Amino acid sequence: MQVSDGRSADGTKEQQTEFDAEPILGVSHVTKSFGAVAAISDASISLHRGEAHGLVGENGAGKSTLVKMLAGVHQPDSGQITIDGVPVTLGSPAAARDAGIAVIYQEPTMFPDLSVAENVFMGRMPRQSGGRLDRDSMRRQVITVLEMLDVRLDPDRAARGLSIADQQIAEIAKALTLDARVLVMDEPTAALSAAEVERLARVIETLRARDAAVLFISHRLDEIFNICQRVTVMRDGRSVLARPAGDLTSDELVRAMVGRDVEHRQLTRGAIGDVVLSVDRLTQEGNFVDISFELRAGEIVGLGGLVGAGRTEIAQAIFGIERYDAGSVTVAGQPLKKGSPSAAMQAGIALVPEDRRQHGLVMDESIERNVLLASLASVTRRGLIAGELARETSKTWLDRLQVKYGRLSDPVTTLSGGNQQKVVLAKWLRRNPRVIIVDEPTRGIDVGTKAEVHRLLEELAEQGVAVLVISSELPELLLLADRILVIREGRLVREIPRAAASEESVIAAAAGAYTEQAA
Amino acid sequence: MTATDTDATVITPQAPAAREHRLAATIARFRPGVIALVILVIFGLTTIRNANFATGASIQAILSIAAVYMLLAIGEAMVIITRNVDLSIGSTLGLSAFAVGELFTHDPHTSIAVAFLVGIGIGAACGALIGVITTLIRVPSLVVTLAALYVIRGFVNIIGSGIQIEPSVFPQSLVTFGYSTVIGIPWMFLIVVAVALAAAYWMYAYPAGRELYAIGSNPAAAALAGIPTTLRVFTVFVISGALAGLGGVLFDAQVATVNSTAGTGYELIVVTAVVVGGVAIFGGSGSVIGAVLGAILLQVINQALVAARISSFWDQAIAGALLLAAISFDRLLAVRAARALVAEKGVSYVE
Repeated sequence: MQVSDGRSADGTKEQQTEFDAEPILGVSHVTKSFGAVAAISDASISLHRGEAHGLVGENGAGKSTLVKMLAGVHQPDSGQITIDGVPVTLGSPAAARDAGIAVIYQEPTMFPDLSVAENVFMGRMPRQSGGRLDRDSMRRQVITVLEMLDVRLDPDRAARGLSIADQQIAEIAKALTLDARVLVMDEPTAALSAAEVERLARVIETLRARDAAVLFISHRLDEIFNICQRVTVMRDGRSVLARPAGDLTSDELVRAMVGRDVEHRQLTRGAIGDVVLSVDRLTQEGNFVDISFELRAGEIVGLGGLVGAGRTEIAQAIFGIERYDAGSVTVAGQPLKKGSPSAAMQAGIALVPEDRRQHGLVMDESIERNVLLASLASVTRRGLIAGELARETSKTWLDRLQVKYGRLSDPVTTLSGGNQQKVVLAKWLRRNPRVIIVDEPTRGIDVGTKAEVHRLLEELAEQGVAVLVISSELPELLLLADRILVIREGRLVREIPRAAASEESVIAAAAGAYTEQAA
Repeated sequence: MTATDTDATVITPQAPAAREHRLAATIARFRPGVIALVILVIFGLTTIRNANFATGASIQAILSIAAVYMLLAIGEAMVIITRNVDLSIGSTLGLSAFAVGELFTHDPHTSIAVAFLVGIGIGAACGALIGVITTLIRVPSLVVTLAALYVIRGFVNIIGSGIQIEPSVFPQSLVTFGYSTVIGIPWMFLIVVAVALAAAYWMYAYPAGRELYAIGSNPAAAALAGIPTTLRVFTVFVISGALAGLGGVLFDAQVATVNSTAGTGYELIVVTAVVVGGVAIFGGSGSVIGAVLGAILLQVINQALVAARISSFWDQAIAGALLLAAISFDRLLAVRAARALVAEKGVSYVE
């Protein structure tokens, strides 16, 4: 490991500002328009050796477009990209790769049937004499890289079944075997658990110590402050701020992203009413055991815990997507048939799933159809969908939720993540649910839209809807929930009322700090 | 974030889940072994009922009839591994068989080598045409090869309507080759085994072979990884066609009585054999060896029914049941493995 002077691996904040004059990667004043829409109007960023550089901004600020430029997918209309001070044209993904830039996406695309080593080398496998595949060399190189990253992963195992965190590690290994000097990580932590985020942070430390530069994109500001030495903020297609992370507070960062102060107006909510949903000793083998709780009208209850604790499974069992082995669910005094989403919908339950692309939306269908998907029967005349009525209805809901969209007939893929989530919400709100279960409602959504979703959930509670929020982001739970139920390894271990809830109390219960030992 | 988070990860690993996953993976990998075992069991049971089944002559008959299906299964396995399918092979075999028969009819002195080259060439040409249409015009191969099945068969019908090529047309050396053996094993079977081993080795040991698996496993990612997907898919269709063409000449040597229906329905038998042999119908996994064993299994069942004096009407029902059993088994393994992984890691997995 060669650590250049003035920057030890655990370099202090003052030293981190003194980078070499010449950045590895320089992006200066690039612009990019798609038709009439300017995705990037003026963005500059410079990455230095051994630096983890945070890139933040709301959805639609132009981060993804910038990433795609660095990946060679898009080319800038004007402006310049330099590597070691030399202007380069990144005309294709191959050109970007040759320039030493590697992009690690949030959910890498792997070959599930092939081994980890084959995945790392696919498309450029080492050959031995006679053109045959050199498996030994392949394995050796992968093992070397994984050891360097201090990650345990069997190079011979099939990629099928790798966690997203391990898939990202495989992608990083690929980048290192390509001798990439700039690693662009596009929201790598969105689907990771806290422990996996820590491992990624350690890997990034290792990369820095090897003089690589990392561009780290995340919506989670605490990660930016933990991992990055400098931060660039983008807003409306411009880079509006670039500063050492140590000189910034999180409020300043948010203000730069949004361009205004984000304050959360705590609504004074109406009185909490009768029990609407009652879950009694619900058990699903292998996932959760003996879960009992009640949800009252006008109440927001949070389900906290680590990723994989069984929260999503509980929500899916209540809604009937998954069957449960024992226990019962009662809605407004009526027992709910198990294993039947349509019965749950009839009873007034709505579920906004964790993965909106896979489960929440029909991605290629129009915005209008997606809004109406769960309530098509209400816009029909004599059994046929009435076009005008359907348009009117969906438009009303989109306006109510302030969705930014082009035309109703546009496929829902054209919307930003935050607006897609609003479409999912609109789809369910149309049904006037009594109980709404939202699973990770703001994952991958920018700060501004996040606040809107929060306000929406609070308004629903005010109108007497019972809201169950599953979230891995503690601030979100603390902000919204009247009480937090903490799930650990499939058991409800603690109920924390709002007054007693704090990050510490929830984490302690979720991780079992008081009762379990660290082996 | 804090120390408590890290502590929590220590609790998660669950050994039984991991073991279950590994077991499932192991069973999947040893599919060829399982098939070989099933073949031996059926063989043993049938022999108990009818001792003649285990005689050299009976085994020879099974192996030489199986040879043509095995040959087609090699190409079909390669095609299916790339997430495509080739339904045209039965018709291609028919065209090749008939064309070579016509060749000998018009010129009885044609050398056998030329006959083989013509057969393989016709097959390769059909495969090339299908490959071009599939890759360049981007039409699903299911549709392209279904169309080719009819077009090629129609062509054979037009040129061969009412014509029956008799054994006397073929040179004696070719017919002899059809049933001659070396140390009791049909020559034809040995040739096919050699082709299968060569194909299996290529799939395992050469980057291009691994790339076929990558294409079937994740076509979009394969293109992004810089794999020449068009060329690779085109190539497997040419190989599949060429092997069907070769199969036509072997058919001539074996059957010697050829009319325009030669090879009808072979494609479905072969697809069945390939899937029973462990090649995933949506590509990405499986092996040529498994596919070839699948073809032998179907043939052993077919002959076992005859030997056991069970109505051959059962043959198709059994082949279908076997196919269902194979895919249900695969699905079950996949679901169990996925469950085990979720229980083990608590996170989503690569689908």
